[in-house]
Amino acid sequence: MQLEQLIRAELAKPEKDILLMTHIVLGYPSLEVNREVIRQMVENGVELIEMQIPFSEPMADGPTIVRANQEALEAGTTVKECLAFAEEMCREHATSFLFMTYYNILYKYGVEAFFKKAKDVGIKGFIIPDLPPEEGEEFWRMAAQYDIAPILIYAPTSTEDRMRKLAASAKGFIYCVARKGVTGTHTDFDSSFNEYMARCRKNTTLPLAVGFGISCRDDITFLTGKADIGVIGTATINLVDQKGPEAVGPFIAGLR
Amino acid sequence: MQKPGYYGQWGGAFIPEVLFETFQELNAAFTAAKADPSFWQEYVDLMATYSCRATPLTHAANLSKHFGGAQIFIKREDLNHTGAHKANNVMGQGLLVKKMGKKRVIAETGAGQHGVATATMAAKFGLECTIYMGEEDVMRQRPNVFWMEKLGATVVPVTSGSKTLKDAINEAFRDWVTRMDDTHYVMGTVCGPHPFPEMVAWFQSIIGKEAHKQILKQFGSLPARVYACVGGGSNAMGIFQGFLDHPQVELIGVEAGGHGIDSGQHAARLASKDASAGVAQGYHTMFLQNSDGQMMDTHSVAAGLDYVGVSPILTDLWDQGRVRFEAATDKEVMAALELTMKREGIIPALESSHAFVQAYKEAGDMKKDEALIINMSGRGDKDIFTIAHAFNDPSWKAFIIKKGAEYAA
Ligand SMILES: Cc1ncc(COP(=O)(O)O)c(C=O)c1O
Repeated sequence: MQLEQLIRAELAKPEKDILLMTHIVLGYPSLEVNREVIRQMVENGVELIEMQIPFSEPMADGPTIVRANQEALEAGTTVKECLAFAEEMCREHATSFLFMTYYNILYKYGVEAFFKKAKDVGIKGFIIPDLPPEEGEEFWRMAAQYDIAPILIYAPTSTEDRMRKLAASAKGFIYCVARKGVTGTHTDFDSSFNEYMARCRKNTTLPLAVGFGISCRDDITFLTGKADIGVIGTATINLVDQKGPEAVGPFIAGLR
Repeated sequence: MQKPGYYGQWGGAFIPEVLFETFQELNAAFTAAKADPSFWQEYVDLMATYSCRATPLTHAANLSKHFGGAQIFIKREDLNHTGAHKANNVMGQGLLVKKMGKKRVIAETGAGQHGVATATMAAKFGLECTIYMGEEDVMRQRPNVFWMEKLGATVVPVTSGSKTLKDAINEAFRDWVTRMDDTHYVMGTVCGPHPFPEMVAWFQSIIGKEAHKQILKQFGSLPARVYACVGGGSNAMGIFQGFLDHPQVELIGVEAGGHGIDSGQHAARLASKDASAGVAQGYHTMFLQNSDGQMMDTHSVAAGLDYVGVSPILTDLWDQGRVRFEAATDKEVMAALELTMKREGIIPALESSHAFVQAYKEAGDMKKDEALIINMSGRGDKDIFTIAHAFNDPSWKAFIIKKGAEYAA
């Protein structure tokens, strides 16, 4: 099934008001720990997981994820290992897996070869924060050919025109960045947020995910009814750093 | 038709979505400025009264005689206010910032020259200013850190990645995506997403415009060759633009050969075989990266050349065979620096000294009735610690030890 249908099917279940997407940096602190963290996420009902393939220049990320990228690379994590790990995860778990990374990783691997591999492995979507629809012509062709959803990003700075243009290139869902800035800092939701979400809804028919600074049950409760998917990123990285992978299960279970 | 912001297959604008409107605004402001002759006039007037434009073209008679070949001319960007060509770009972007009504500027810096120029512009125009600088560069260009702070800027040492120029660029972008409403990012070189390469090249073209006129007046004909060091490529693009339309003028870009082209410890993107095409820091060019697309650690004695990427405009000119690329090692740079000081009483920056190295290698083989121009992108004062260290200068060392003891007391 395509990513959007999978999301709609989950949302149709009466007990599900909002879905959860979590984020991990592959190779940080190790693939072994990633494996355990993902198991706990899946067991506690996470519907989507974005696996970030580390890159040396993570321009759109905040300090925690920057450090995780750097340490994963220093530990020797390769793109090949990430792909093999993704294959294992997609085989083991029924959850929808996505790749998040920067365009150079695909470009260097060969854009078509990367799509082909990701399709074989069972990846459902790509989040590439430095690839707007105006660039990487081959990427957009391959996304259609291999039927992997290109997830595009809405920001509070996006005009309605821009939102419509992005929606025309996006599939699966739209990732709405809750505020300006990079990943990691907590977001204080104010009244302008509702108005922003209304603008997002008005300009796409795709499901909406909200991320950046979502870290606790209160945040998820707040998003319920407004967004279709809440994205937990830096919060679980901090949690694993401080309390180890076994803390992830209870944390996820307590979010909704 | 060529896509805007592309030079052959190189360039583009690979930007996070949150900056889309900011780039729209910047593109509009830049396009309007470029189309308005009074903007360029305002820029030239500012550079004439606040900086030292036109900078002279100096005939290096002693060195010409020493090598016994081409007549050597030096374009003196060191005499620009703040001591390098960086001021050209910064004052130009400063005028644009005023038109856009922004209150704050940020910049990356490697050698600290671009940081000092930006801090200077911010002081003059009444803007808030934050400079990002790799921790390694903060250490090796300490005098410039001091001046930036004294000029009122906040200097943020960057500790991620290789702690050099590319990491400072990443950090500046992270600031910008948080505060784009009131902030302009003054990119320091002809790299990054469109319109930066075009914009910085436009402001720096003032070097080539002057040099073209000056060489005709002083020498009577065009030079046979023009040399410039290449970090991101802004001083090179600046002077090359004065001669691009004259195929008889050979253009030579000199990159950082570090410990040698075969050592793996250099920053030679186009002069070595180690770089490959990639997309990073918002643009498509040749990067020093591994087979996974991870950027490599580069090395150069010159902080301003110690960078993984290179201007998409230069990569295209290299593709077309219009610009030849060479590399100069750290060691060769010290020798050329010493010779230039002793023979001409001129102290080039470590970056600029790379261009001198290649010119010196070739001058003797050229004819006496030919001229070559070296673009001296900046003065060497900022490098006093590095140069003194490299020369292992005993009296300087004794002075530092004494000063250290004085401060420790
Ligand atoms: C004196 C000087 N020359 C050259 C450079 C290299 O930059 P570019 O290649 O953009 O001229 C720098 C950069 O910091 C510099 O300070």
